[in-house]
Amino acid sequence: MSVSSRIRGLHELLAAKKISAAELTKAYRSAIEKHNEALGAYVSTSFETAEKAAEQADKRIAQGDELPLLWGIPMALKDNISTTGLSTTCCSKILSGYTPIYDATLWERLKAQGAVLLGKTNMDEFAMGSSTETSCYFPARNPHDPTRVAGGSSGGSASSVAANLAAYSIGSDTGGSIRQPASFCGIVGFKPTYGRVSRYGLIAYASSLDQMGPLAPTVEDAAIIYSAIAGYDPKDSTSSQLPVSPVDLSGDIRGLKIALPQEYISGVGEEAKAAILAAVKTYESLGAIVEEISLPSASYSLPVYYILACAEASSNLARYDGIRYGYKAEQYTDLDDMVCKTRTQGFGKEVQRRILLGNYVLSAGYYDAYYKKAQNLRRVIIRDIENIFEKYDAILTPTVPSTAFELGFAPSDPVETYLTDICTVTANIAGLPGISLPCGTDSKGLPIGMQLMAKRFEDSRLLKIAHAYEQAAGEVCKKIDLLNF
Amino acid sequence: MKYELVVGLETHAELSTKSKIFCGCTTQFGGEPNTHCCPVCIGLPGALPKLNEKVVDYAIMAGLATNCTISPLSRMDRKNYVYPDLPKAYQISQYDLPLCRDGHIKLSTGNTIRINRIHIEEDAGKLVHERGTTYVDYNRGGVPLIEIVSEPDFRSADEAREYMEKLALILKYIGVSDCKMQEGSLRCDVNISVRKPGGPFGTRTEIKNMNSLAFMVKAIEYEYERQVDILESGGKIIQETRRWNEEDKCTESMRSKEDAHDYRYFPEPDLVNIVITPEHLERLKNTIPELPDSRVERYTQQWDLPPADAALIARYKPIAEFFEAAVQGIQKPRTVSNFIVGQIFGLFATEEERAEAHIPIPPQYLSELVKLLEGGKINSNQAKDTLKKMLDTGKPHTEFLSEADLAGLDTHALEAMARQAIEQNPKISADVRSGNDKAINALIGSVMKQAKGKANPKEAEAILRKLLSE
Repeated sequence: MSVSSRIRGLHELLAAKKISAAELTKAYRSAIEKHNEALGAYVSTSFETAEKAAEQADKRIAQGDELPLLWGIPMALKDNISTTGLSTTCCSKILSGYTPIYDATLWERLKAQGAVLLGKTNMDEFAMGSSTETSCYFPARNPHDPTRVAGGSSGGSASSVAANLAAYSIGSDTGGSIRQPASFCGIVGFKPTYGRVSRYGLIAYASSLDQMGPLAPTVEDAAIIYSAIAGYDPKDSTSSQLPVSPVDLSGDIRGLKIALPQEYISGVGEEAKAAILAAVKTYESLGAIVEEISLPSASYSLPVYYILACAEASSNLARYDGIRYGYKAEQYTDLDDMVCKTRTQGFGKEVQRRILLGNYVLSAGYYDAYYKKAQNLRRVIIRDIENIFEKYDAILTPTVPSTAFELGFAPSDPVETYLTDICTVTANIAGLPGISLPCGTDSKGLPIGMQLMAKRFEDSRLLKIAHAYEQAAGEVCKKIDLLNF
Repeated sequence: MKYELVVGLETHAELSTKSKIFCGCTTQFGGEPNTHCCPVCIGLPGALPKLNEKVVDYAIMAGLATNCTISPLSRMDRKNYVYPDLPKAYQISQYDLPLCRDGHIKLSTGNTIRINRIHIEEDAGKLVHERGTTYVDYNRGGVPLIEIVSEPDFRSADEAREYMEKLALILKYIGVSDCKMQEGSLRCDVNISVRKPGGPFGTRTEIKNMNSLAFMVKAIEYEYERQVDILESGGKIIQETRRWNEEDKCTESMRSKEDAHDYRYFPEPDLVNIVITPEHLERLKNTIPELPDSRVERYTQQWDLPPADAALIARYKPIAEFFEAAVQGIQKPRTVSNFIVGQIFGLFATEEERAEAHIPIPPQYLSELVKLLEGGKINSNQAKDTLKKMLDTGKPHTEFLSEADLAGLDTHALEAMARQAIEQNPKISADVRSGNDKAINALIGSVMKQAKGKANPKEAEAILRKLLSE
């Protein structure tokens, strides 16, 4: 069974006028209205503006112009991406009622490509979590088993794409927040190189780690979206001025060298390990060379990640004080009391925990022992990774040590939940492109994902390597499609 | 004196760039509240700062003009604290890698004040208390500042005042700040301690936000007395932040060391490192004009100007430049400076007007006039009158001095007058010939009278001597 691009398929239907963008948008609307309550994928919808945008898109289609692949195709954005006039809350009570007055650069680019926005997807509050259960609204559920989580923090984005309540969606990834839910939901999640996609308008969690990217049914879909959103933005000083190399998925991967770090394989369950080793066999059958390697600094990745991410978050989230926008406590005695009550009532437990951790590691007397040490270790990890890429073209790991867990697990044990980020945080620490794609299912039928990482700015090559596997492996897990038209 | 005063200053100057440090909003003072704002400078979620390169250039120029070393690599950091006028709850500033380091400014006392560092940062907004409630105006938020940190090198309030005046003069001179204390574009925090001369530094207090030099001097003097009194009566100085109370003419405590902020500085992840190439630094060096101190030295030593006149002219860049152009080809530069101090300064009533100094004539006009004077074609009274007319109209001397005015003074005419003076005063002439040198003054007086004041007395004397010795 071959794997084919959903976006290309819809584009062909639209171009051949077999369906209009307006009809497609209405079909997505009714699917969302029917199924969102069960899945919790969307936290807000914008059907009216979507239908208007679709009608506009149809006018250009009617003229028979050659149009971008994304033209007229309905999609979703994570609730932390700024959109003029549309509520953007990071699924936090503290941003309730906040409506941006400007567009994120990413959304400007997608709009220019004719994207039709269906709504904002569910997420862990401020992207802090691995299960979308810290959302102030409701959890996002896994279309493969709604008693299980969709993952996080981009759980709503993953759930919407996996169930086809959006053709594709955009998530953000600070420590694995695109790749982990993609893995849980059996779809593709791609975190581009840090600096490849502008962060302007993405509400920050941890600025030096955050990166937006696509969640999509296939690697080709991810590549199409990536090509539309990548590139230098003068509004984001950390965005790269290097030209974006065009994605070319064709051609073989013979002779390509893939590294398999034993540290990431040893900690995973038997079923996930078997799926990864099967993927290794597939790569070898395609002519790639896969070698086990050791990445000793891997054990530092998690502490480094949690120290740096919390430190930056404590500063990024300090502005939510109830004075200018969002939630404000009703009863208070003075300014300090107002800020204190607003934040106590407005932030959930997990966010408060990370703000406290972050302030702690930055405070006088602890800075050197935590923040500074973590910064130094970040450089050690980056150097180790650079050494690997001198010999190898890609690194292959599981995406998550397990498959989707049941609702209620993450809140019961935050530290155990942090550990599930073990395979994904390295790409954020080193700024690498990382992609998760399905490589099998466990005995319960739940998707297993594998992760590939490449050198910084080798996003195009990484997509090609992932695409080669996907085409060779075919459908490796069940597809769910709730869209009717 | 039993106790020595020790003062260090942290000075904030607003840079006069057109746009803010991290966005394109105007830096103009005033404006309806919250109209000079955008998502970046009001810290809306998701907005990102973009460093204004002009701000970096201006700060480097300030560093170069105060003898600093410019760091080839520097960085922005976040200074975290919560206050309603700071919309991101952190100020983007510089912590351990400032743009400029290790400068100094020389004072007239001969004391050199070392500058520890100059760094760039953003200003905060302003709280407005009205109608029983408090509003925030973010117009000033994101206006670029430099903070200039001195070493504790001041030993008197007067030194602190001279340093502030000098710093303001330099920053205005190189055009990077307008340094208006009354508008808050120049302000300073004062660190004060006292010690036994030669002994270790005492515990210091900090007086925040001085926006007038007069208050600063009073505050330093008051705080010195207060600290000495405490020590004399066996007490201890508490390290704390204080403020000047102008009504009661005293300093008062704001917060103690225990309440001091922990700013939790860390590198700003939204911005990249600032790299200054040697080529760029060289370009900036070339834009720095010669500074007043150096001009004063040149004017007094090379051109023999009185120190007070040299200082006055050098203080205002357009006037100094006018002077230096007008003095070209002139035998006695002091003649030119006399006209400038005596007449051109009179055109400008205020310090601001002097600093801008729109002089109505080009320097060549003054030059030509002085040459006529030096050539004896006109005398100093005529020169003064003519310059006044030139300044009133912006026209050259040729508009006001007729052929006759100038012609009457050529050597032939003067010689004729001299001959007449000798003929009419035979006795005096004989006296001079026989050795009574002073007697020649009467002959010069006669020539001057004939010339109706137009003649140059020295020239007249020379001609008289020549004729008398024939």
